[in-house]
Amino acid sequence: MSSNVRFTDFKSDAQPTWCPGCGDFGTMNGMMKALAETGNSPDETFVVAGIGCSGKIGTYMRSYAIHGVHGRALPVGAGVKLANPDIEVMVAGGDGDGYSIGAGHFVHAVRRNVDMTYVVMDNRIYGLTKGQASPTSREDFETSTTPEGPQQPPVNPLALAFAASGTFIAQSFSTDAQRHAEIVKQAVEHDGFGFVNVFSPCVTFNDVDTYDYFRDHIVDLADTDHDPTNYEDARSRILDPGSEYQGVLYREEESVPYEESHGVDADMSDIPDGAPDDATDLVREFY
Amino acid sequence: MPADFNWAIGGEAGDGIDSTGKIFAQALSRAGRHVFTSKDFASRIRGGYTAYKVRTSVDQVQSVVDRLDVLIALTQRTIDENLDELHDGSVIIYDGDRTTMQDVEIPDGMIGLDVPLKALAEDAGGAIMRNVVALGAACAVSDFPIENLNSALEKRFGDKGSAIVENNMAAARKGRDYVHDEYDEAFGYDLECTDENYVLLNGDEAIGMGAIAGGCRFYAGYPITPATNVMEYLTGRIERYGGHVVQAEDELSAINMALGAARAGARSMTATSGPGIDLMAETFGLVATSETPLVICNVMRSGPSTGMPTKQEQGDLNAMLYGGHGEVPRFVLAPTTIADCFHKTVEAFNLAEKYQLPVYLTADLSLAVTEQTYPPEEFDMDAVEIERGKVVDEETVGEWQDEQGRFKPHAITDDGVSPRAFPGTEGGVHMSTGLEHDELGRRTEDTGMRVEQVDKRSRKVETAREREPFAASEFGDPDAETLVISWGSNEGAMREAMRFLEADGIGVRFLSVPYVFPRPDLTEAVEAAETVIVAECNATGQFADLIEHDTLTRVKRLNKYDGVRFKADELAERITEMLADEEETTA
Repeated sequence: MSSNVRFTDFKSDAQPTWCPGCGDFGTMNGMMKALAETGNSPDETFVVAGIGCSGKIGTYMRSYAIHGVHGRALPVGAGVKLANPDIEVMVAGGDGDGYSIGAGHFVHAVRRNVDMTYVVMDNRIYGLTKGQASPTSREDFETSTTPEGPQQPPVNPLALAFAASGTFIAQSFSTDAQRHAEIVKQAVEHDGFGFVNVFSPCVTFNDVDTYDYFRDHIVDLADTDHDPTNYEDARSRILDPGSEYQGVLYREEESVPYEESHGVDADMSDIPDGAPDDATDLVREFY
Repeated sequence: MPADFNWAIGGEAGDGIDSTGKIFAQALSRAGRHVFTSKDFASRIRGGYTAYKVRTSVDQVQSVVDRLDVLIALTQRTIDENLDELHDGSVIIYDGDRTTMQDVEIPDGMIGLDVPLKALAEDAGGAIMRNVVALGAACAVSDFPIENLNSALEKRFGDKGSAIVENNMAAARKGRDYVHDEYDEAFGYDLECTDENYVLLNGDEAIGMGAIAGGCRFYAGYPITPATNVMEYLTGRIERYGGHVVQAEDELSAINMALGAARAGARSMTATSGPGIDLMAETFGLVATSETPLVICNVMRSGPSTGMPTKQEQGDLNAMLYGGHGEVPRFVLAPTTIADCFHKTVEAFNLAEKYQLPVYLTADLSLAVTEQTYPPEEFDMDAVEIERGKVVDEETVGEWQDEQGRFKPHAITDDGVSPRAFPGTEGGVHMSTGLEHDELGRRTEDTGMRVEQVDKRSRKVETAREREPFAASEFGDPDAETLVISWGSNEGAMREAMRFLEADGIGVRFLSVPYVFPRPDLTEAVEAAETVIVAECNATGQFADLIEHDTLTRVKRLNKYDGVRFKADELAERITEMLADEEETTA
């Protein structure tokens, strides 16, 4: 990995089309900082993005990247990492992408524990389709498709990850630039699946979960005696109703990433120009 | 051609039918005889009717026929299910002591051999070996030296210790001796052995072996009949070559993982069947438009919806050719034999990378579960060549950057193929997307660039048509008035059907097509023939539609969609009928 990488090296020259004031700007900046500060370079980083406002991030960052289909970014990320474990993989998505259409992949990506980072820009709204309820929207949040509110409780993504035996579960606030970058950095450094749910407010369609709301309600775990390596501590915080925590809620110290437990260490792009040397053994098996 | 011999064992699922049948097939193969096996089974773990059938000859056999000479029946239903195939003189081996077989009815003209399978097995060391006793009895009936069976038992039970192997050999001898002692008659079979060495494998295994040989290192899949064997074959083997298999949470995940691995530079594959193809359709479009090389293996089964999961059909042709919204090129390869499964898999990986697009590699249930013998030279690993297409490295990447040093993964080129840089390549940083994009891989809605990118992707097909042979295999009399065309797995049955037809004085030209898209132009052959018949295992004639479209000529459709593959004798009969009908109409 090259040294002297600055976080702006991860910035492409494309002009973001996010609304002015969108939380995603801060989320992305933190991701770029975390990548630079962990010694990664754009040449050896792969960003996978889903669909939604969050999905545009692959265009605005500079690295190897793919902008895939809705909800399936995590499996793509796992495929990249397993095919070449030397590549730093960062997957970005939104609350719809990760907790609605892609909820199944989220649970399984967490328990698979491939060494990669998953950053979810959680704005509790569908922004790109202009303001419908998301799985993290409040029960009474009125939108064009839920005039009375969804009338069902929001998903608790931290609890989902915890139930799926997540090894790194964190939450941050996009506008708290330093803390956010620091938390994502820890996720990158984690040996296994580093999950960060980022409060990333939508200034256009969500007038409830606003910057002000989060500023007033966030409790930073750094200001408490929370021990993220303590399973019981983590459980009570994660299941704490109505809480909005910032920080690392849970981190398993003994986490063994999938690649290590499954002995996946080769760069699979490197193959001979014919069949492998001892491939005839495969034929002999059929005698 | 020397007489073939048709043998089967049938009972309930859970009776060990498959493994017993496989031992007999292996024994025949090791004795230098050709073997072609087939299975009747249902999608359940226990109960129901299941059978393993073996056709064998010293010549190559490549189809099933409606004939059974020796049947080991563990249930009455096994006999009932096979009445059409049994004939006068067929031998039925059964255990009259088994409660369900006490009132067994042996049809008139057939020979019932009541062998106390369980009791003899117990004598040899355990009731569990009763099927092996039956195999010994079958050896006696078919005059097949039991030593060959011993070698197959050794292969099957060798890892369980020599005592187990010895007991099984003893069980087999007891079965053979019982028949010799109790039934003092010649059955008229003589299974001659040769010095040939054959390998015995099924289509899923041939695909798996072809994948490893062809450089595949990453496989993600979700279990589904009849494609699971591909995954099971690769698991435990691909790792020896630095590869890995992931069992994904569903087919959506499987194809997306495979896509990710391919973006990272791995030769990557997923295998599934019809329902999985449906689920993968959206990502398929992403694979194609992001120009990612990927092999998607579709082992077809009977559809639609859950259909008949353990039955044969070639019904997914249109789904593969046209599946997914929008328009984007893909290749469709349909291996025609088990050996061809190996060769086409290697080719599929080369085509995927040379033209940077998804390649459907489609087999079907009859190829997947059938085992066939081949000389080992058929799978010549030294002949495997890997062509990776336009991959750039740090030295060549500069040729494909714009004036600002940005790499162009979707560069507009004459042949339609763009350069490809793997992550880790300095100077190759780029993104791609399912959105329409410019040469840099960035979203665009520019009308000019849209047309340029669509044309560029289509141009890859034209390039492939120019560079690749994409030929049909031709059999029979090139000047015959009757032309039969088929695709995929029907080749073996049709080639054998031609011998029946020939015996009846009917000459046929047969074109077997392994390339569905891009496919060979058959216009000349179609125009030269009086009668053109397109044979395929589906109801509507999806391939016949393509031939009519290509050649602007109406063809006759020979369809089968009852869930059972074409059998050689049946196919010959139907072709004869079609030709007779036509004669009547013209007269």
